[in-house]
Amino acid sequence: MVNVLERLGHEVDYPEGQTCCGQPAFNSGYFPEAKKVADHFLDTFADADMVAVPSGSCTAMIRKFYPELYQDSPQAKVVSELSGRVFEFTELLVNQLGVTDVGAKLKGTATYHDGCHGLRELGIQDAPRKLLENVEGLSLVEMDEAQSCCGFGGTFAIKFPQISTAMTQVKLGSATQTEADYLISGDPSCLMQIGGYFSRQKSSIQCLHIAEVLDQQ
Amino acid sequence: MSQSTNPTTQFQTDANRVTADVDRRSFLRSSLRGYQTTRDATQERFLNYESARIAAGDAKWEAIENLDVYLAQFADKLEARGATVHWCSDSAEARDAILDIIKKHDAKSVIKSKCMTTEEIHLNDLLEKEGFEVVESDLGEFIVQLRDEAPYHFVFPAMHLKKEEINTLFQEKLKSINTDDPEELTMVAREVLRQKYLSADIGISGANFGVAETGMISITENEGNARLTTSLPKVHIALMGIEKIIPRLEDLALMLPMLATAGTGQHLTCYNSQLGGPRQDDESDGPVEMHVVLLDNHRTRLLADPEQRDALRCIRCGACLNVCPIFKNVGGHTYGTTYQGPIGSVITPHLRGLKDWKHLSHSSSLCGACSETCPVKIDLHHHLLRNRRDAAGKGQGGLAERTLMLGFTIVMRRPWLYRLTGRLGKLGHVLTKPIHGTRIDPFYAWKKTRDLDDPAKQSFKQYWKSRK
Repeated sequence: MVNVLERLGHEVDYPEGQTCCGQPAFNSGYFPEAKKVADHFLDTFADADMVAVPSGSCTAMIRKFYPELYQDSPQAKVVSELSGRVFEFTELLVNQLGVTDVGAKLKGTATYHDGCHGLRELGIQDAPRKLLENVEGLSLVEMDEAQSCCGFGGTFAIKFPQISTAMTQVKLGSATQTEADYLISGDPSCLMQIGGYFSRQKSSIQCLHIAEVLDQQ
Repeated sequence: MSQSTNPTTQFQTDANRVTADVDRRSFLRSSLRGYQTTRDATQERFLNYESARIAAGDAKWEAIENLDVYLAQFADKLEARGATVHWCSDSAEARDAILDIIKKHDAKSVIKSKCMTTEEIHLNDLLEKEGFEVVESDLGEFIVQLRDEAPYHFVFPAMHLKKEEINTLFQEKLKSINTDDPEELTMVAREVLRQKYLSADIGISGANFGVAETGMISITENEGNARLTTSLPKVHIALMGIEKIIPRLEDLALMLPMLATAGTGQHLTCYNSQLGGPRQDDESDGPVEMHVVLLDNHRTRLLADPEQRDALRCIRCGACLNVCPIFKNVGGHTYGTTYQGPIGSVITPHLRGLKDWKHLSHSSSLCGACSETCPVKIDLHHHLLRNRRDAAGKGQGGLAERTLMLGFTIVMRRPWLYRLTGRLGKLGHVLTKPIHGTRIDPFYAWKKTRDLDDPAKQSFKQYWKSRK
């Protein structure tokens, strides 16, 4: 992500004090705990012009759920201002910077998995596809039910591993049908789930984050 | 599904069984795939489906926000035409009210058209225990009744069964001919049911909508069985949750196509009947008595919750089940609730207690497919999150989870500790390699079915420093 943004002429900083956005606690229902972690995020990123996030899920947490977490709090204004400057990587490229071709090259066939948070909380659907369509040598094939959840869902994957795995089993079936070489997604957590299951099932499909693809020269 | 087991244990056990049944899961998925294709095509025929959703949600919202006024109007109008309205605050009161009516008429047999609210109050069990013959007339309900099962899906009660299984069931229970032709199987059921309509003393139905303006219940169905159930027996009892109210008759012009589109993908369901009272003096047919039993059963508890009361807008179309990846992989019986799927997971904790039913709010990846499809725009998946918050707030997550969350907070607020934890994680990953994926692996819940990539040799932070 840093390489791509720098190649496009942007200056990128990486605040070394950063940790987590707090979503694991939030999604488990522990809102006050999540807010403490969110406080740390706000301290770390408050001065950024724009925050680029390589995950739809973390972006949704900050942009959509932070305002809910901080409603009626003295920081509400800071949060709402910062939330407006936080973007998922592909929407940042396409919608904010107006870039759809980053000059990347990758040979093969790929299918794109929409992470649920990016798709349904933020409405990101076209941006990653536009970027991938312009990757030289790469052809994009839609899989059946591309917008169906991969089964990760945070602690859900640990609390209900049987359901979580069954969902990924369906995903493997859909991806395999496309005969794609790569399954690409904008969310590391989906990729951990999908990649982990695909690897266990000895699938030949390689799972890649979209930033890795866009960085290929 | 026994009632004595703890609901969480029952859910986990049944989920284990169903997720392992790949054949049943793909059967379910392909049925729902068909539904989705039809529904998408029907939605396309709306000039603007999104506006229709907003309007439908608003109509229900208006009813819910003014429930006291509209319910009273509904009851007054019905009573003016000779119907009797019974106000029941819980299951027991509703059961007593219905039993009293049946006993008063010295009835022997009861025919029912599909009604999930009767499932909610466990009416069939009671009536059978009291010695009445109770027959479900909806084909799907008839089938699950023969199997002594609860409905699998509140719109498609027997969707889990293949035609071959229905053939076996009918041969066994109805001495039917050997056929797995759906049409012939339907004819077998119809032959049995026709006789039951004629001999039934009491007809029990539900109501999809209660129109306040005119004092009518509206029933939606595809088989014509509800028409017969509500008009042939001399007494008709309709059991209706208080949230089924809509303000005006003209609201049906929107609600009926929305229910059909979202529920089954039809433009309009085959039969939509509005019933406003018993047989009038100048009429020659219809029931002599009509009773409308209004049920609260903790719906007002949900009404009192400003965040989640929009769940009372639900028109029980089942669309959220049909798109839910959890439902598709665990099936309906696993929920152990009257209302399955996302809406069931949202409302059951309100109706039956958060402590026992909070697991349903956790057994979701919060993917949001339910909220995206809901025709009345209920914020379903965020309500699951709110239920999680309420459970955690009451300390129902348990000591281990609370400690974990405390640890998470401590680590994530201290970058040095975050880095240290990362290193320990890497070390743990390497050290547990020999027992990878086995039961003694501390990461067993993950690694039983999924690998975990080896961590990168260099963390991003180290890489960042080396670049400078």
